[in-house]
Amino acid sequence: MNEEKEVEEQSKPLVLEKLEAAHADALLAQDEVRGTTVVVVRKERAYAVLEYLKTDPELAYIYLVDVTAVDNSRMESELMQFDYARFMVVYQLYSYQGQCRVRVKVPVHENDLSISSATGLWRAANWLERETYDMFGIHFEGHPDLRRILMPDDFEGHPLRKDYPLRGRGERERFNFDKQNV
Amino acid sequence: MQSGLERATGEKMVLNFGPQHPATHGTLRIVLELDGESILKATPHAGYLHTGFEKLGEHLDYNQYIVVTDRMNYLSPLSNNFGYVLAVEQLLGIEVPKRCQYIRILMAELSRVADHLLWLGTAALDLGAFSVFLYSFREREKLYSIFEKTTGARLTTSYTRVGGVLRDLYQGCEEDVRQFISNFPKALKETHTLLTRNRIWMDRTKGVGPISGEDAINYGLTGPCLRATGVAHDLRKAEPYSSYDEVTFDVPVGTNGDAYDRYLVRMEEMIQSCDIIAQVLDNMPDGPVNSENNKIMLPHKEDAYGHIEGLIHHFKVIMDGHGVEVPKGDHYCATESPNGELGFYIVSDGSGTGYRIRIRPPSFLNFQALPHMLEGGMVSDTVAVLGSLNVIAGELDR
Repeated sequence: MNEEKEVEEQSKPLVLEKLEAAHADALLAQDEVRGTTVVVVRKERAYAVLEYLKTDPELAYIYLVDVTAVDNSRMESELMQFDYARFMVVYQLYSYQGQCRVRVKVPVHENDLSISSATGLWRAANWLERETYDMFGIHFEGHPDLRRILMPDDFEGHPLRKDYPLRGRGERERFNFDKQNV
Repeated sequence: MQSGLERATGEKMVLNFGPQHPATHGTLRIVLELDGESILKATPHAGYLHTGFEKLGEHLDYNQYIVVTDRMNYLSPLSNNFGYVLAVEQLLGIEVPKRCQYIRILMAELSRVADHLLWLGTAALDLGAFSVFLYSFREREKLYSIFEKTTGARLTTSYTRVGGVLRDLYQGCEEDVRQFISNFPKALKETHTLLTRNRIWMDRTKGVGPISGEDAINYGLTGPCLRATGVAHDLRKAEPYSSYDEVTFDVPVGTNGDAYDRYLVRMEEMIQSCDIIAQVLDNMPDGPVNSENNKIMLPHKEDAYGHIEGLIHHFKVIMDGHGVEVPKGDHYCATESPNGELGFYIVSDGSGTGYRIRIRPPSFLNFQALPHMLEGGMVSDTVAVLGSLNVIAGELDR
């Protein structure tokens, strides 16, 4: 039994090992799926973990590939797993140095939709977070310019939430261009 | 030479560039704050072509969604088809037969050449070099005939299927492709003689819209725009998907990260793609094209009409609420599309329809870095820089 455990620990990716050492209290879950390391992180500690992943010289996840969210309200199993948090904010990171990917997931409850913005770490986060805000209504604290990006500024609702109908809500008579801030 | 900002007079003017400007190739808008001809501030706006592709992914089954992927980067639909089905297949945990992988690579590389050719023609046209447009479209037309014969469509190809492709290559495809790649380097040389050492072209693009490698990574730039800064990163090499580990090719890089380097990188990538195509044709394996897994692929027509099992399989794949059943879980799969990293993040709840399909478009992040490249430059550089980024509105807004 002990031998098996040792083998298991040796094959553990570096990023998990280091995260466990430095941010053990922030991790809610961890997994290794199809070559990608997946970690689920407590919301309060998300920024610290992302900063650690980016700045640690051995990990150097300097490329933020993507920021998005998933509305888990129609997926009971996922909801149960993380204390009925409706949204899961998903960061995809890539390390040029190690040529490997890590996926950081952060559960966000519907009654508190704010999460720290990663714009201070990556400039790429700016538009990605704007899109996530636009589509899901996640509020990124500290974002310099949190406006809608794909939908018009006076649009109501967040279209990628599961309770938003596919065909939208009514039709728009005209776009009000005067009110849009340029 | 004085830089734009040194000539500033202190009077500001706001210029709306787009959404109907001919150089925007689609619908996007840049609000430029100008002082004389120098750009103080540039604010890009996206969203004019937002079509809700990600929302559609939650309502269409996995095979129906392939049609939507055509319309993202409509200049290289075959690359999008490839990237999407690869993500679904990896989530399913299946691998398609070797011949299918080779056909997909062949088509993806041909579409990379077609995409770069269209980019070359229009970017040069925007800067006033009209004849380049004619030369590149002449070549592109040959590729589109090959696409039409293979897929039945020129633009909306929908060629791949989960577990395979629509059909095998047509008879005589190999000769057509070989003829194309034997003539193409010569044709591209003509363009080189028109542009590469052309005084006007160099003045308009050299040192225009530069970005450093560090900034490019920080902004999430990928594809030719990243490689032009000197970062030799290509997903086909870094994480060889499908059968890309069986072909050899070089990754061209630039040094200054300006519009001229982006041009040179794309030009060389076309030659490298031809190289890959030649290797793929030489080593094209025989054997079945599509996965024989009847839970995923439609059965042959004779089976569907002639045998009860075939008919059942056919219905199971087609019927609403059945379809290709993808196991529960999530997966991110990235491919090197002509514009950069095209990623699909698919969350499955175990049914035949995706729970969430997120597209990570290269154009969206490349466009975001535009102010960084423009600010401090001249207003006429806007066209050159925008052209060099090759922002495709369909992919930008999805």
